[in-house]
Amino acid sequence: MNRIVPPLLLALTLGLGGHAAVAAPPAALIGGYADAARSADPAFTAFSAARGETLHRTRFAGGKPDTPACTSCHGDDARQAGKTKTGKLIEPMAASVSPARYADPAKVEKWFKRNCTEVLGRECTPLEKGDWLAYMAQQ
Amino acid sequence: MNIPFRPVFMVLLAVSAAGLVLGRAQAGDDEYFPPVTDPATLSECGSCHLAFPPSMLPAASWKRMMADLQDHFGDDASLDADTTAAITRYLVANAGDASGYRGDILRSLPRGAAPLRITELPKWVHEHDEVSEAEWRAKDVGSKANCPACHVDANKGYFEDD
Repeated sequence: MNRIVPPLLLALTLGLGGHAAVAAPPAALIGGYADAARSADPAFTAFSAARGETLHRTRFAGGKPDTPACTSCHGDDARQAGKTKTGKLIEPMAASVSPARYADPAKVEKWFKRNCTEVLGRECTPLEKGDWLAYMAQQ
Repeated sequence: MNIPFRPVFMVLLAVSAAGLVLGRAQAGDDEYFPPVTDPATLSECGSCHLAFPPSMLPAASWKRMMADLQDHFGDDASLDADTTAAITRYLVANAGDASGYRGDILRSLPRGAAPLRITELPKWVHEHDEVSEAEWRAKDVGSKANCPACHVDANKGYFEDD
């Protein structure tokens, strides 16, 4: 029982931190990633939107050559729509513009798995997922 | 008996005109492919590309494609088992040869062939032979999977020349 409380508290803090008006990703989702991040590294304290932005913009070499970065499809501005390689519009990733985006944790996980594999050539860590969501929550 | 020729002629004319129009609609069948209506198929397939009408490929193609979503033309498009099964059922039930009758687009395809790319169908290749390399490379086309770049009503199932 005791183990469940701190991540939940953290999730609430993260979810509401500074941007109460912005529709943040659900607390349970962030809380799950926080829990996993702490398991991986006991020194984990909080997710960082700044690290999330770096992840979002970095061009990686391990994934597919035509999608080196998240921004390859999502574009440079998270508040604007992106475009897939097949020309399909991608609704903006910023939580302030697409508040319903992060409502379904299974959907979020599905896209992290696919897109991290494509861009980084591996799955993202819970820390990376939480950081990235923190960045989008702030956008 | 005095037959009113004029009204009879008008009725005949109307019937034959309707016949012409219907005949035309049927002749246009090879440019109309009923769009996807199944919500799961529409959202899962349609989030990355046009949710291609199931009648564009034979059932065997859809089965093959849905069996390897992990490597979907180089992308990981994997879904959970239940969703995969449900979408496969829908695509197979509405495939181009589902009723035993092969639509125009499949008629050029050897029996038993199960291509994964619509763009490899002989009929597709023939229909697009007038499109230049430069046009394919144009910034807002980018991919042969981007049907709506030229077929503006592709989402509604219409693929006529534009």
